[in-house]
Amino acid sequence: MSVINYASREITFKIVYYGTGLGGKTTNLKVIYNKINPEQKGKMISLATEMDRTLFFDFLPMDIGSVKGFKTRFQLYTVPGQIYYNASRKLILKGVDGIVFVADSQIERFEDNIESVDNLMENLEEHNLNIEEIPTVMQYNKRDLPNISPITELEDAINPWGIPYTEAVAIQAIGVFETLKSVSKMVLQSL
Amino acid sequence: MAYENLSIFEQDFWEINNSLNKLLSATNANAILLIDKAGQMITSVGNTDKIDLLSFASLAAADYAATSQLAVLLGEEEFKEIFHQGKKENIYITIILSRIILVVIFNKSTNLGLMRVRLKNTVVEMNKIFGNIFNKLNSPKINEQTKATFTDDFKKAAESELDDLFG
Repeated sequence: MSVINYASREITFKIVYYGTGLGGKTTNLKVIYNKINPEQKGKMISLATEMDRTLFFDFLPMDIGSVKGFKTRFQLYTVPGQIYYNASRKLILKGVDGIVFVADSQIERFEDNIESVDNLMENLEEHNLNIEEIPTVMQYNKRDLPNISPITELEDAINPWGIPYTEAVAIQAIGVFETLKSVSKMVLQSL
Repeated sequence: MAYENLSIFEQDFWEINNSLNKLLSATNANAILLIDKAGQMITSVGNTDKIDLLSFASLAAADYAATSQLAVLLGEEEFKEIFHQGKKENIYITIILSRIILVVIFNKSTNLGLMRVRLKNTVVEMNKIFGNIFNKLNSPKINEQTKATFTDDFKKAAESELDDLFG
């Protein structure tokens, strides 16, 4: 859900990066953080473990500037991917306006992606939300690796809704901005 | 019911700020923040120059959400008040109509007991203001206003900003 403040003329949207552990969600945010001008971003906050795994969430506020007199801001969150952090994932989905599902394209992570999408559906349901109603983009990440599933197989397995998808190599900043642009535009259209 | 958009209109906004300013001067607190449960900043009063408000808002909401889950594990619906004590700075968190988080940031120049008493009045005022806001949000007029403000022109302009930002 967006927060619209007509008095201070600000509008804020919340976008959540979801997906399996070690799939590249935090990498997406780090790449975005490094690309944006300092005056357009806030501090990136990571609540991570010592092993650099996301414990609760990463958070990055991003201003796109004043649009027709409204200061327009997107707040990007990631969830922890590991299975046992479901309580955290559920909390972070609260009030979400748009979702990026970061899928790990490696063959050995195929089942994990399916499990993570199922988990997303369950958690959305707890917030009375439905993946078809929320602007969502599938990002097939790690496309540079040799042992990856073809896009068609991934699409069949985790995208029966035909949600728009992007291909990415997040660690090389490939596809990261395309994904964010795509989900942001969908969020704006749903206003 | 899904989590709806939160729209704050001019008059409500000033009522909110007046009420928070009253509390600020009555308690000598440093700052008071109002945050949506999803982590978005609504407004703030007081001395916030040295605070990264956006980060603070997202972390306060996460703090409240995590603490609420602790409450649930104990069979409570939620903890209505949370207090964090530091060497110099303290924060006191309370909830308005189960959806808005009010955070008071204060130091030793504020009396905790007095602040809690004064805060009760503010919560009553906020319940009323946000009760009205939530009623308005349920009316069809709000959708019309949102559509009238965020026209296709707005969306196109915002998309072009995104294109400029990311190339």
